[in-house]
Amino acid sequence: MWLLLLVAALLLSGCAGTADTRETLTFWAMGREGDAVGRLIPAFEREHPEIRVRLQTLPWAGAHQKLLTAFVGGSSPDLCQLGNTWIPELAEVGALTPLSARVRSSASVEPGDYFPGIWDTNIIGGALYGVPWYVDTRLLFYRRDLLKRAGFDHPPRTWAEWARQLRAVKATQGPGNYALLLPLNEFEPLVTLGLQQPAPLLRDGGRYGGFESPGFKKALGFYGEIFGNHWAPLVSTTEIATVTDFARGYFTFFISGPWYIAELEHGMPEELQNAWATAPMPGPDGPGASIAGGSSLVIFRASHHLRAAWQLIEFLSNPTVQRKFYRLTGDLPPRRTSWKNSILANDPYALAFGEQLERAKPVPKVPEWQHIAGEISVVGERLAHGDLTVDRAARELDRRADAILSKRRWVLSREKRN
Amino acid sequence: MSKGYAAWLFVLPALIVLFLFFLLPVLAGFALSLTDFDLYALADIHNLRFTGLHNYLILLHRPLFWAALGHTLYFVAAGVPLSITASLGTALLLNSKLAWCKSFFRTALFAPVVTTLVAVALIWRYLFNTRHGLINYLFSLPGIHPVNWLGDPRWAMPTIILFAVWKNFGYNMVIFLAGLQTIPEELYEAARMDGASAFSQFRHITLPLLKPTLLLVVILTMSGYFQLFSEPYVITEGGPLQSTVSVLYLMYRDAFKWWELGLASAEAFVLFLLMFGVTAVFLRLVRRGGER
Amino acid sequence: MSFRPAKVLINGLLVCVTAVSLLPLLWMLSVSFMPKEAAAGFPPPFLALRPTLENYRRLFVYAGMARYLLHSVLVASVVTLISLWFNVTAGYAFAKLRFAGRDRIFHMLLGALVIPSQVTMIPLFIMLKWMGLVNAYAGAMAPMLAGVFGIFLVRQYARTLPDELLEAARIDGAGEMRIFARIVLPLLKPIIVTLAVFTFLASWNDFMWPLIVLTGQDHYTLPVALAALSREHTQDSPMMMAGSVVTVLPVLLLFLALQRYYIQGLLAGSVKG
Repeated sequence: MWLLLLVAALLLSGCAGTADTRETLTFWAMGREGDAVGRLIPAFEREHPEIRVRLQTLPWAGAHQKLLTAFVGGSSPDLCQLGNTWIPELAEVGALTPLSARVRSSASVEPGDYFPGIWDTNIIGGALYGVPWYVDTRLLFYRRDLLKRAGFDHPPRTWAEWARQLRAVKATQGPGNYALLLPLNEFEPLVTLGLQQPAPLLRDGGRYGGFESPGFKKALGFYGEIFGNHWAPLVSTTEIATVTDFARGYFTFFISGPWYIAELEHGMPEELQNAWATAPMPGPDGPGASIAGGSSLVIFRASHHLRAAWQLIEFLSNPTVQRKFYRLTGDLPPRRTSWKNSILANDPYALAFGEQLERAKPVPKVPEWQHIAGEISVVGERLAHGDLTVDRAARELDRRADAILSKRRWVLSREKRN
Repeated sequence: MSKGYAAWLFVLPALIVLFLFFLLPVLAGFALSLTDFDLYALADIHNLRFTGLHNYLILLHRPLFWAALGHTLYFVAAGVPLSITASLGTALLLNSKLAWCKSFFRTALFAPVVTTLVAVALIWRYLFNTRHGLINYLFSLPGIHPVNWLGDPRWAMPTIILFAVWKNFGYNMVIFLAGLQTIPEELYEAARMDGASAFSQFRHITLPLLKPTLLLVVILTMSGYFQLFSEPYVITEGGPLQSTVSVLYLMYRDAFKWWELGLASAEAFVLFLLMFGVTAVFLRLVRRGGER
Repeated sequence: MSFRPAKVLINGLLVCVTAVSLLPLLWMLSVSFMPKEAAAGFPPPFLALRPTLENYRRLFVYAGMARYLLHSVLVASVVTLISLWFNVTAGYAFAKLRFAGRDRIFHMLLGALVIPSQVTMIPLFIMLKWMGLVNAYAGAMAPMLAGVFGIFLVRQYARTLPDELLEAARIDGAGEMRIFARIVLPLLKPIIVTLAVFTFLASWNDFMWPLIVLTGQDHYTLPVALAALSREHTQDSPMMMAGSVVTVLPVLLLFLALQRYYIQGLLAGSVKG
């Protein structure tokens, strides 16, 4: 029976073997980035004839779980693209190799050239675990024509101005439409508002929630006000076709990342192509911060090809290669040099991102962050529905975050003892 | 070859599979529920702590777990009677001597049962979309105000219940139909001669004779409905306001999204105990009712 | 026969219920042939006026549906074959062969039916991880390779076989294997077909366990792939409906072809208790 199972498993997994004397580097990349990087690798292999890169493309959905199971099961790749909010998790479980020494001796990877908030996401407990590959952050997409109809000729810079615009747009657009889309199942908008405040989201080295700080309460208050005034509809992404509804005027503002530039360029009707624009996030009193997102390149600790893997990272960090990568994917490069002398420097939609990236801030770097973020969207949804007051929402968030972080506190205290 | 030896050869493969992939995991699952197995333990087994019944205590103090229990019970309490009524109703229609093309109707009514749940749940998601869906459009024709089926926490679970009834009623219908066919026609003829109405025939002949079938169907349907997972996973992702989070949905999320494997095991066991308890209470009630 | 209101009422009701149960499926079929823009229109159209195969093309060319279809066929077929082997031999042995503890073991198995399989999923995942079977078809198939329900079904049927037939063969000196292969198997054919249809459908439609254990897209079965696709392409209803058609059609056809056996199994399975 087991023999039969084994045979079946072997047949199904489609084993393939090759005889190749070159050093083989396994590289996992996700979705679109995986497809695009496949076209850059031949140039790397020409530069380094002794290295062969075996590229595997993972879909974004399920990638997180797959990476963890691969690590636990001992089948991790040498080199991997990693969403930068996942780095703490894999660094914490000891899956990644520190890169600080390699960066210090590298002639091409210069930390100072990177957007600081993005670079910071790769530093866990003082050590560097990844090199930013491309960046994203979230900012405002808005309908210029509808905003103008409401009496404004420029996007908001402060929350107060934004609130005035939301009120005016809601009034001119009528009861069936709204001013702003904040999908209830996304945590990013609320976290962005929270990041614009001085206090950190988690306190005491990521041991406890910091959601009862005056700053985060202000963010919660603004979030609740937006829904309380019906400036944003009570919907989640399963009920929304963002591009179509944006074109229909169902909402005038939404908050999203650079991937929506291409979506809108393809999806918006011809006559509305000049009617939309991007703008940096407004803050409490002047331009505000936003989430430092994107992906980094990391090397797994179990890899036997550390040097070759680092060479591939250096290759992909080269500004010329990064510009090519941008043309293939639309993903924004993390280095300021890569932005200069490229089509990016003249792209009005991308410029707002360039400005926003200078003010990008990392989310808390603890393995439990994804879980806490999930709770933020849940509590935010209840606040939006008016089920919770700001104070109770903040207390609820702290309670949930403290519970989620309890194992972390124990592990940290044990590490200190040993 | 001796007969006994051959017999073991025949049963062993199945028993080994059942032991390895069912019995052993059940025991391991209980053991797991007494630990705080999580991401840290997955990385380094030294980070595993035996915590006794702590996970069960956590659940008792966790509003979301109680909410998930409530949603699951709601789904069972409303879904089971509705499903069974629909099944029995259609079985009675099909069993009527006046019905045409019985086999066509039977096959058509049964079709949703064999379809893949994920695929047909997607249909539901589009049909019941608040702004673009066909259902609200049909409602708007006679001027009914659109219902926010999947966006309103009060409506999301009823929508899922409707879906489950639609998907499952054919199964029990076939069982009822077989049960109805065993009832001798003479009983009805005698009743008709006594001038009994159709309703009183149903009450005094059909229902009592169908009771064993009914009992079985209720138990099977209940245990199926307690295992609510795929419907909220596909249609609502547990929302809005977590109003469609079932116990199994919570278990899946805690285990495979947040890697709280110990806690999630405790959730699975509580669900098992609940199913067991509700079925036992139901059986006892039925027996007591039967004695009277 | 004369016109009777009762007749109209009963058949009218049947037509209505049938419409409710079939219209969603017909709508799925219709939308799967609509161009994307037509399907997004309001009021939502019911008929595909300008039918197109574009959605199916996108599904197979860009979303790689052919792969998932192949995975589903493979998994369901292998599960059906192996579990038939295991369940039929076991069911026959429980019905007709004598061995120590036979009835006690069988009653234990029946007792295990009250435990929902979800209780096993988390520990099973960890076990399979240690065995290296996470994200492998073998892991997705393992818990389905034998089932109490299947054993029970075969046992009930096999009990109706005449003992004299088997005894006669034994007196003629035939071994147990030979008796099983030559005499028992042909007689069990109806229940084997029934069980095969049941198992195939159950494995094809299975969602929660493959969702847990098949962590990478390169191994997805149709339902898992469909659920993942629907999260990426929320508003692309025509393509998703095409995906639903591809998923549902094979099992629907299989059911229509072997309906008699399926219903028999359903009834036989439901007299337990």
